Amino acid sequence: MRNFIQFTAAAGFALTATAAVAETEITWWHGMGGHLGDVVNQIAAGFNESQDDYTITPVFKGSYEETLTAAIAAFRAGEQPNIVQVFDAGAATVIGAKGATIPVQDLLTQNGVDFDIEDYIAGVRYFYADSDGKMIGMPFNSSSPVLYYNIDALAAAGVEAPATYEEFEAAAPAIKDAGYVPLVQTHLPWEFVENFHSRHNLPFATNNNGYDGAEGTEILINSEEMAMHFTKVKEWLDAGLFGFHGTSWDDNQAHFNDGSAAMYIGSSGDFGGLTAMDLPFEWASTYLPHWASITEEGYQSFIGGASLFAMAGKSDEENAASAAFFQYLTSPEVQYMWHRETGYVPITEAAYELAKEDGHYERFPAAETGIKQLMLQSGENTHGYRMGFYVQIRDVENRELSRFLNGETSIEDALATIEAEGNELLGRFAQTAN
Amino acid sequence: MKRAGFDNRWLPMLLLVPQLSIICLFFYWPAWQALRSSFYLEDPFGLGQTFVGLKNYTRLWDSAQYMRNAWFTVWFSGVVTLFSLGIALLLAVKADTVLRGAKTYRTLLMWVYAVAPPVAGFIALIVFNQRWGPLTEFFSQFGWDIRIRLDYHDTAFAMIVASIWKQVPVNFIFFLSGLQSIPRAVREAALIDNRSGFSRFWTVTFPLLAPTGFFLLVINITYALFETFGMIDTILRNNPGDMPVTLVYQVYLDGFRGQDIGGSSAQSVVLMVLVLALTIFQFRMVERRIHYT
Repeated sequence: MRNFIQFTAAAGFALTATAAVAETEITWWHGMGGHLGDVVNQIAAGFNESQDDYTITPVFKGSYEETLTAAIAAFRAGEQPNIVQVFDAGAATVIGAKGATIPVQDLLTQNGVDFDIEDYIAGVRYFYADSDGKMIGMPFNSSSPVLYYNIDALAAAGVEAPATYEEFEAAAPAIKDAGYVPLVQTHLPWEFVENFHSRHNLPFATNNNGYDGAEGTEILINSEEMAMHFTKVKEWLDAGLFGFHGTSWDDNQAHFNDGSAAMYIGSSGDFGGLTAMDLPFEWASTYLPHWASITEEGYQSFIGGASLFAMAGKSDEENAASAAFFQYLTSPEVQYMWHRETGYVPITEAAYELAKEDGHYERFPAAETGIKQLMLQSGENTHGYRMGFYVQIRDVENRELSRFLNGETSIEDALATIEAEGNELLGRFAQTAN
Repeated sequence: MKRAGFDNRWLPMLLLVPQLSIICLFFYWPAWQALRSSFYLEDPFGLGQTFVGLKNYTRLWDSAQYMRNAWFTVWFSGVVTLFSLGIALLLAVKADTVLRGAKTYRTLLMWVYAVAPPVAGFIALIVFNQRWGPLTEFFSQFGWDIRIRLDYHDTAFAMIVASIWKQVPVNFIFFLSGLQSIPRAVREAALIDNRSGFSRFWTVTFPLLAPTGFFLLVINITYALFETFGMIDTILRNNPGDMPVTLVYQVYLDGFRGQDIGGSSAQSVVLMVLVLALTIFQFRMVERRIHYT
């Protein structure tokens, strides 16, 4: 009897020991709430079921900013998660902190996962990469600004959806006469500043748009093209051809949703949300307009949204688990599922092909706009930007541009202020790393 | 008179230790950390830092936006304090004389106290909604087109209204109990001496309420400076744009959202010094004129 007890105890111990060795547990902090959070949990559950070696636990940490702040605090306390989601404007902070993360490309190759940056869609490749083109963060929920339009409204006005801002100017009065506000936008810095530079292949900052390092990087926003664009926007606003209702996303998109605005510039990732809302009119999307006077053919936009970073200071087993998870996440099936459920673009060419084969874009043509826009012609200024303290710079942009649109300042003064305050912040950021 | 005292000199110190350690842990230590990091520019992950001396402070002085926010904070705190005390005092004086249904009246005034600041902000967002807010519609009948989150002054107005609304009940409770603690004999004597209710209030009631009023003045200024954070955060939804922000909210924007640790530390040190100066001023200048009974 005594032997039997000893035997079962030993067997029990051996079982738990193997279980502990077999299952490496990793955590993933993210900022995806609501429906997006459900899909994130679905991906994690799929990964956990697909193999027996690793378990990933996704944890919702609030907004993008809250997630980043939580991860930084945890890192300083030595309690960081294995994987953290960081949004576009916070990318410079994370990538600038050498030693806070493991470049995702290194993580994959060191753990025997094939990696080829050419597998990723053109506009996705380099936003989260360093100046040598090494991928640091794994693009996850990627989106680009596109133009959504109310088909019924444009039909009532007898016009087509504009491809350029010149076409918009020509069509806008007719749309207004049909009883609609022709256009609203949802994010001034992202849509009218950052991607404006990409669509026209204009430099947005010195030092290769900031990719070559924080030292001496200066923002190039005070340009003729920016001044021209915003002068026009203000003219449209005064003539009732453009609506501006504040700097937050919802304030503006609400006017499209309720049918009062005929078009809005928003995220390609709005697709899932708009479909779910079951709007009382037909809608579709097309590329973010560009000025034909600046460039005849528009260039590609770059991705917004967020990416996943593998945090440093973890054991080899846990890093292997993170690598396995990234491999699972970038597989065509998972990417297609994510794309279909949320509207964010698939990040690899293979996933895009799978979506095409499945007939996804025949059923939902609007779902393809963002991807096609990311694959337009590229230029030296279309891979994105890398600027530190960019969250504050965005606040300055929002502040000065809305002051201009409210008629409190001139566009020259607004752009000069953004450049002066932006450069001061960039200079300070360069001093944070030592 | 018998003097109470400790026989052992270590026992009183031992009894003070819990309180002192809490103060050190939650006040002096963070304050010291803030002061220290205000002289550095630091990588958010704590991997590198550069000593910059007083630069984090001098840039605040040079920043037009920071000065604008500072003036807004002063103005905002003044208006919120003045109106929330004034309205509460008026309501308390009136409630004190109500005989029938007094309880219902008081409860109705007090329940707002339970509303959390973010909820107050959310209610302000609804009633001042650009498109269908009831108060927006009400004011538009007078030709005032309120555009909250788009117009600086309209947004400031909504913030002030929400802050006052939220604070009146607390002040009301204190003023009412202050009024009710005034001895009946004093009131009756005043009633014989003076026919005018208004002058009776100023010469008898108001001085007797002064200790309560002073206490409320201190907590109301603190409220307007710090506790309105949740309300402002809800109204701005993390998108300040060209909207008014108080200095406390600016610390949050730069420190927590922007990861600018040095800059926001300097700002919080400035706030600490301001509060210290304000407290000294209040106790030196105002409290001396108050007589406690």
